[in-house]
Amino acid sequence: MNIRRVSVIALALTLSFFAAGCRKKVAAPPPPPAPAPVAPKAVVQKPMIVFFTAEPSTIERGQASVLKWEVKGADSVSISQGLGTVSASGNRSVFPSSTTSYTLTATNSGGTATESVTVNVTAPAAPAPPPTPAPSDDFGTMVAKLIQDVYFDYDKSEIREDSRATLTKNADALKTIFGKFPNNTLTIEGHCDERGSAEYNLGLGDRRATATKEFLTQLGVSADRLRTISYGKERPTCTESNEGCWSKNRRSHFVAQ
Amino acid sequence: MKNFILSCLLAWTASLGYAQQGADIVGRIVGGQKAVIAIPDFRGAGRAANVAAVFNETLFQDIDQAGVFKMAPKSMFPLNVPQRPEDFRKPLQYDPNNRTRAPWLLDWSEPPVSSDFLAFGYTAEQDNQLVLFGWLFNVRQSEVSAAQVIGKIYHGSLDEEGARKVAHEFATDILRQFGVESLAGSKVYFVSYRSGSKEIWVMDYDGSNQKQFTFYKNLVTMPNVSPDGTRLAFTSFAGGVPQIVVHSLETGRKIPFYNQRASMNATAAYTPDGKQLIYSSTASGWAQLYRANADGSKLERLTNTRSIEVEPKINPKTGNEILFVSGRGGPQQIYKMNIDGTDVTRLTTGEGEASNPSWNPQGSHMAFAWTRGYSPGNWNIFIMDVATREYVQLTQGAGRNENPSWAPDGRHIVFSSNRGGSMQIWSMLADGTQLRQLTSAGVNEKPVWTK
Repeated sequence: MNIRRVSVIALALTLSFFAAGCRKKVAAPPPPPAPAPVAPKAVVQKPMIVFFTAEPSTIERGQASVLKWEVKGADSVSISQGLGTVSASGNRSVFPSSTTSYTLTATNSGGTATESVTVNVTAPAAPAPPPTPAPSDDFGTMVAKLIQDVYFDYDKSEIREDSRATLTKNADALKTIFGKFPNNTLTIEGHCDERGSAEYNLGLGDRRATATKEFLTQLGVSADRLRTISYGKERPTCTESNEGCWSKNRRSHFVAQ
Repeated sequence: MKNFILSCLLAWTASLGYAQQGADIVGRIVGGQKAVIAIPDFRGAGRAANVAAVFNETLFQDIDQAGVFKMAPKSMFPLNVPQRPEDFRKPLQYDPNNRTRAPWLLDWSEPPVSSDFLAFGYTAEQDNQLVLFGWLFNVRQSEVSAAQVIGKIYHGSLDEEGARKVAHEFATDILRQFGVESLAGSKVYFVSYRSGSKEIWVMDYDGSNQKQFTFYKNLVTMPNVSPDGTRLAFTSFAGGVPQIVVHSLETGRKIPFYNQRASMNATAAYTPDGKQLIYSSTASGWAQLYRANADGSKLERLTNTRSIEVEPKINPKTGNEILFVSGRGGPQQIYKMNIDGTDVTRLTTGEGEASNPSWNPQGSHMAFAWTRGYSPGNWNIFIMDVATREYVQLTQGAGRNENPSWAPDGRHIVFSSNRGGSMQIWSMLADGTQLRQLTSAGVNEKPVWTK
């Protein structure tokens, strides 16, 4: 890429040389004037960052700060923290969960210009991502708030890739919850969609609940706090006959005891 | 029109190898050519007139449902219907258009009635009782003296129940003449949601007398009745997880059954001697098949796979072969094995998903539900000759059709279908004809037909 750009510029320079030469030939033959001033000037000049700001520069966790920028003379502009390549001027809302510095990098063949802004994040009463239980929440409320259902493919009881992430979060939350409520247990209900036979689905729902329990146990959740039950297709959460509904019914559902 | 449909059907069956096989299977089960029977309405004398309609309806349905006869159309019947054998008078010269003469056999055997048999008679009140005088005549005979097949008197109470009773008894006698066991008196156990939770209900085979049998107010399903008709085993969620519960059908009370420690014990079925139950349990972590005494003791594990296996059904004749549903080869299919777990073979082709195997009383055929040729969840009823594995499809894609169960006569099948919108119990002849809806209140499923 760079090699190609350099060769294009070299070619342009050569051509401008000839062009200049041709024109000047008529006017003043003896001393060839130095061609340097015009073309090479743009090449060597670094891009200029006109401004790069974060407004407001201090937010509470969960709120937004707007990054604004304008850059001149750059071939490419990017911002760190995963924002990636951006246009020469623009703005973008960001939601950092902790104090974060953003670095804008503008590049051309002449060099690189950078500038950084920092968004200060102050912690609110509770962390944002999962809804957080109030200290007064009972076992059932905490389970309902923090533990999410996991879903399965048709006629399958293997834990899906997306369910691994959910179950990992569930396991962390469960350790906290069980620490707080040492006498409570959690029931994992295995459910199926309406298509397989009711009898087979009793067995399939049981497998789903058991596979879910085994996964949580491997992540350190105490097995004797987890019970399983299969409802097969007897207790669907959604009753339409389409994949949108079926996919919601193929699940392990968590119920506080 | 009828002939046109028939010839289309024949052309269609001839074009399909499987269907051709199927026609043979069905023919062996339900018989081929059928005799024609005429059953005019019986008159009720005195107070018997109040229940004449119930009597006539019951008699007609019993004979029609049996599927041994072709019913002669009532609209073709002669105006002058005999009530007693003495009503027949042989004319010197038979004239079908003479409407003033006495009844004669040819009125029934000649077109347009073209019947082979005639059931006739009347009901009356006698000593505060209902009396039925019933006759069956072979109208192909040339003399009245040779025509009588049955001539009998029946007694019942002077109400609708009595009218049904004498009609059932007369129908049973008629059918017995043709070597067919009457279904009258047989019962269908099923699961109904109409009380607000799934419970076991029971009804007469024709849909009358529907009564709730269990009152768990929980989730109770998958009934199975012991061959002697004294016990009912089902799967109940009342104890938390699915467990097997047994009730006496004589006292209605719960009978002790030991459930092994498992997150699921379900889909129990009796052996022909009624001394053992086979069922599916997740004691090993997967739903696998077990055999136990009727009280749950003396457990023996029959299968050992890491797949889901449910619905074991033992051959009622041999007491040896078990049909069951397994996911061991992929999507659920029906397999067969010996009662000790040996000689496992897959019976269905591996296409679609198969479930709900049910042996016929002769132990030669199974009825089952299959999605072959349809997308998952679209079940149809099939029957298969277990020895040859020839099969035929009995329902043709109208709704979801599941849980077939054979009648004691080995010629009828009861099943559940949502073809009418909601899941209901239907019966049919084992060739797919004579469809009849038995329930309509609430949601009903999983019928089991017993003696």
